[in-house]
Order: sequence, then C-alpha cells, then structure tokens
Amino acid sequence: MATNKHTDETDLIHVAPEMAVAEADVRPAEAGEFVQGTSLWRDAWRRLLKNKLAVFGLIVVGIVTLASIVGPTLIKRTFGFTPDYIPTDYPTLIRSFPPFTGPNGEFSWTHPMGTDNAGRDQLARVLQGGQISLFVGIIATLVSLLIGISYGAIAGYFGGRLDNLMMRVVDVLYSLPYVIVVIVLLSMFRSQTPRGQLTLLFIALGSVSWLTMARIVRGQVLSLKNQEFVLAARATGVSGARIIFRHLVPNTLGPVIVYATLTIPQIMLTEAFLSFLGIGVQAPLASWGSLAADGVQNIAIFPWQLIFPGVTMALTLFSLNFLGDGLRDALDPQMRTV
Amino acid sequence: MAFSADGNLLEVKNLRTYFETEDGIVKAVDDISFQLKRGETLGIVGESGSGKSVTNLSIIRLIPDPPGKIVSGEVIFDGTDLLLLPNEAVRRIRGRRIAMIFQDPMTSLNPYMKISKQLMEMTRLHLGHTKAQAHAHAIRMLETVGIPDARARADNYPHEFSGGMRQRVMIAMALSCEPELLIADEPTTALDVTIQAQILELIKTLKHETGTSVILITHDLGVVAGMTDHVIVMYAGKIFEQARTAELFALPGNPYTKGLLRSVPDPTAEQGKLYQIPGLPPDVARLKPGCPFAPRCDHVQEICHREFPPFVQLTADHHSLCHFAREVYSESGGAPAAA
Repeated sequence: MATNKHTDETDLIHVAPEMAVAEADVRPAEAGEFVQGTSLWRDAWRRLLKNKLAVFGLIVVGIVTLASIVGPTLIKRTFGFTPDYIPTDYPTLIRSFPPFTGPNGEFSWTHPMGTDNAGRDQLARVLQGGQISLFVGIIATLVSLLIGISYGAIAGYFGGRLDNLMMRVVDVLYSLPYVIVVIVLLSMFRSQTPRGQLTLLFIALGSVSWLTMARIVRGQVLSLKNQEFVLAARATGVSGARIIFRHLVPNTLGPVIVYATLTIPQIMLTEAFLSFLGIGVQAPLASWGSLAADGVQNIAIFPWQLIFPGVTMALTLFSLNFLGDGLRDALDPQMRTV
Repeated sequence: MAFSADGNLLEVKNLRTYFETEDGIVKAVDDISFQLKRGETLGIVGESGSGKSVTNLSIIRLIPDPPGKIVSGEVIFDGTDLLLLPNEAVRRIRGRRIAMIFQDPMTSLNPYMKISKQLMEMTRLHLGHTKAQAHAHAIRMLETVGIPDARARADNYPHEFSGGMRQRVMIAMALSCEPELLIADEPTTALDVTIQAQILELIKTLKHETGTSVILITHDLGVVAGMTDHVIVMYAGKIFEQARTAELFALPGNPYTKGLLRSVPDPTAEQGKLYQIPGLPPDVARLKPGCPFAPRCDHVQEICHREFPPFVQLTADHHSLCHFAREVYSESGGAPAAA
C-alpha cells in the first residue's frame, strides 16, 4: 500500500508542465557527481530571454566586453599599432583625422573612429578605455559583493547590539557624500604612476560601493533567519558561520545579483565622472570618461573625439541597466510592480 | 554511553523558560519536570501557546535569546546537564544525539539546496563522512523513509517534492545520525490526513528499528493514543496531567484533560453539537494567582481562583495539577492511591 501511495505522489508532481522540464533533468547521478541545477535558475533564464530589452542589453554588453578584451590585440595584429602609439611621420600638422580617413584625406579602413589629437587610433583607445571602465566597474562590484554580503549577513544574522552597531556605521558612511569622499581620497593619495592611480581608484570606489549591498543583504537575512529551515539547520548542529554562508547567503542571491548588475553601470559612471574631472584614470591609460574629457575640448573641430567614446559608454550603460532590470523581473517576479 | 541507573535517557527537572516582552515576562514554560526512558515515546499535548514547543527548544537550547531565557532547571541527557554545557558541546549533540523534526516541512528545508546536500551536511558534520560516503548514506536514508527512486530524487530541490515527501526527507535527515532522542514537533500538523497516517507509521516503524526515544509534540489526541507510552498534558506553561497513555485516556484525573477528551469528535455519535472547552487559553504574561484553567473549568470552586493547585499524585506514575484531582479521578472511575 505504501509503495502505491508514493507512485501516486510522484505522478501528481509531474502533472504540472513546468515540472515536466525538471523531470527530464532527473537522471541517476553517481556519488559526488555534480548535477546540473533544475528549474530554479532555468526558470529565471527563460523569463529573462522573454524580455526583449534585457536580451538586447545582454547582447550589447557581451559584444562590448568581448571587443574590449580582444580588440586592442586584434588591432595590433592587423595594423601594427597599440592604443598609445603616437605616429611621428605624418605629412600634415593636424593629426586628428575623421573616421575612415587616412592622413591625406583619402578613404581608409585603418581608423574607423578617426584619431585623436596626437594621432592615436580612436577605436583602439575606446576599446582599451572599455577594458578599464568595465574592469573598474566589475572589480568595484566584486569588492562590494564581498564586503557587503559578509557585513550585511553577519549583522542580520546575529542581530541585536552587533547589528545596531554595524548598521549605524553604514549609516554614517552613507551620510557622507561619496563622490566627495572619493575625490578627497584620490587627491590625498595622488599616485605618480597611472597604474597606482588606477589602484587607488579601485580602492576608493570599492570602499563606498558596498553600503547599499550590506543593507540589502541584511534585510534579506533578517527575514530569512526566522524561517524554519534555519532553525532546522541549527537543530542539526550546524555552526553559525556555516548557516550564514551556506544557508542564508545563497537564499539572498536573487536580489544580490540584481543589485550587482545595477551597481556595475553606476560605478562605471562614477569612474567616468572622476576621470572626466581629471582625477581618475590617467594617460597613457584611457577610460571612456578620460577620452570624453579629451574629446570635449575639441568638440567644435573634431566632434568624433567625443562622440565615439560617449556613445559607446552610453550604449553600454543603457544595456547594463536593461540587463539589470530584466534580471530583477526574472529573478523576483513579485517585485515587478515596484 | 552508560545507562544511567534508572534507565532515563532524558530527565527534565524544574525547567523554567521565560520570555521578556513589552507586555512583561511571559512564563512560557514554568517549572516543568518529566523523564523519558530509553526506547519510550512521550507525548506532549496542549493547545497552541501552552509551552509544548518551548519545552523542546529548551532541551536542545535553541530558545531565541533575547527575548527568551532558560531561567532555571536541569536538562539531564544521558547523565549530563545540557544547560551547563558550553555552546560548542551542545552543537555537537544537536543532530547527532538529539534530532528534531519540525512542524512545517514546506519551510524547514533550505529552498536553495539540493535534498542530497542537506542530508549530507548532517553526516559530514557529525559522522565525519567523506563526500561519497555521505552521498551514499543520504540515498540509503531516503530509501529508508520510502522516497521512490531515491538516487535520482536526491538531486532535486525541495520545491520539487510534495509536503509528505518533504516531511519524509526531514525524518531521513533527523535519523541519519541515529540519534538517541528524536523530538518531533507536530510532525503531521501541516499534512493531510492520509499522509499524516503514513508519516506516523513511518516514525513508529523507524523507532522500533533503531530503538530511538521519541518526544512527540502534538495537539491531536488521536496521534497520542496510537503512538505514545506516556503523555504530558500542558496548559499555560504548566504540566496539568502526566500519566501512562492508556491510563490517561481511560481515567483522566484533571478537568482540563477531561475537557480535551470530550472535545474529540466521536464518529459513532452522529447527532449533537461537538463539545468544546469554553473560553480561550489565558495570556501567560498576565496570569492571575490561582489555577490558570479556573475561568474555563467546569469543576471550578472558590479556592481555584485563590490558590495555585497542588500537583497531586494519583497513582505511581499518574499526576494531576488540580485542587480536586482525586475527585475528578474517582469520577472517571479510578481509585486514587492514599495520600
């Protein structure tokens, strides 16, 4: 009788169409083998693919990222110059050529985005700038993930006094206008080398970017920690740290991923803003912000110096935001109306 | 693992667990004592808020603190007082020697973790299993509790399981380290009746196979009758009556127990209104002096409002908290032992 009952139960489960997908994934697994996750993430992925803007965002971000990574190398291979190569043998005084134009005004594939004041290839510069802009955005977001998640989860889980103290620290940091903090930090520890300046930028952006993440994670943990599975885990003798990082944090991943994708463009924008002001990335390194800053000086004569980095950045930031919004809808359908 | 002289696996003595709330101190568990012998099953019944769950959370020291606090008492498990042990030591006992099953199987599994992972966590932690051993053990446990096609199902997530199956998983998890004591906190409340019967049958079978002692918390008297050796009836944080199961059902010695027994629907009597105890359980933050059950009691006398009732011994292992325990007991047809 008992076995009959089980079969009934199993059948019942598999009647639901979305579960039928899950059923297809069910296969005998060897001990210790990694088994592909089922409908939880798959569902979110399917919802994401239904969102046209998000798919557009995903594609653009993918292309820009790929181009930024392999672009400069590819250009070096094809045309033989690096992003910071300044040609010395031009016949004319003016070295900034319009797109698709060679040194003598003829059509040329060499510089599809033209060149800048010094005659450097704009496309290579934009791609290298993309490398740095994306890198800054991603690293700062990773830092925010690392600090924000641990900080928020610990505060939320232990609660009480510790929580109060930790969150007041966050409040204080929050109340400081962070752009000013970053500016002060960057000008105080002004580094001599471009690389050093870049590292400083990472530290500055990372140190302020984790605050919201900590708040989000704490809120999630607060609502999760009273659920029965946490009590059940404690009742089986699981330690506090393990409960936080193995049981609670994975449960907060939905909102965390969404917020992280929205943090990347935000950080990139801040970086661009700082570079535009001249305290961010420094030549010969380039970021979209510093390229735009260079370009804006010559906007009346050489508009392409501003247009190309500007448009690339705008497009990428838009796409990242679309992707983030799409992810939010996909991972957290209840939030849709908010 | 020496047997204590009297064969008691667990002995709770004068346990008091209070909660500090804005309304004052809530005496959720107030001076509770009981014993549990190896291999026996103890039922704890009572209405919502009577302190059943708090009693058991106190045993494994999982009372949320603050606001809760174990004020006094002893919980002697296999010769050691758990309340005196350091946290680390208690953590090693939880799950390994004392396991719990919770009320709601829908929420007591981590939704983001595979079933197998959750089962493996337990044995890797307590039995030092390697990944492969733990996985094999997890599948064996799932088979034991009757999950069909356990090998494939182990890698599912909880949402792919039905309520009954999830409770089976919880039982598998609880029993995977072969604990000496299993605390089942209303294990069937969230399940429908046919599944309830299966789950209870499963607990019963596994108990016989492994010799585990069980504390079964429930508000279903039918479950108690079929499953337990001893019963404790709790009300407002106190033990109102304590007896062997058969005795309690045949010869209740407390008006509250009588009321509870009368409230059970009788399938043979088709007509008539179902009896219910009038009133509501008292607010344990504002208990008046006297018997907490007095306002609802049909045996109430003037003394009940004035004085707290004594814990009367009716027979060797039958106690009742009532001024008129002997009278009620004789009324039921019992002959109380001489005072």
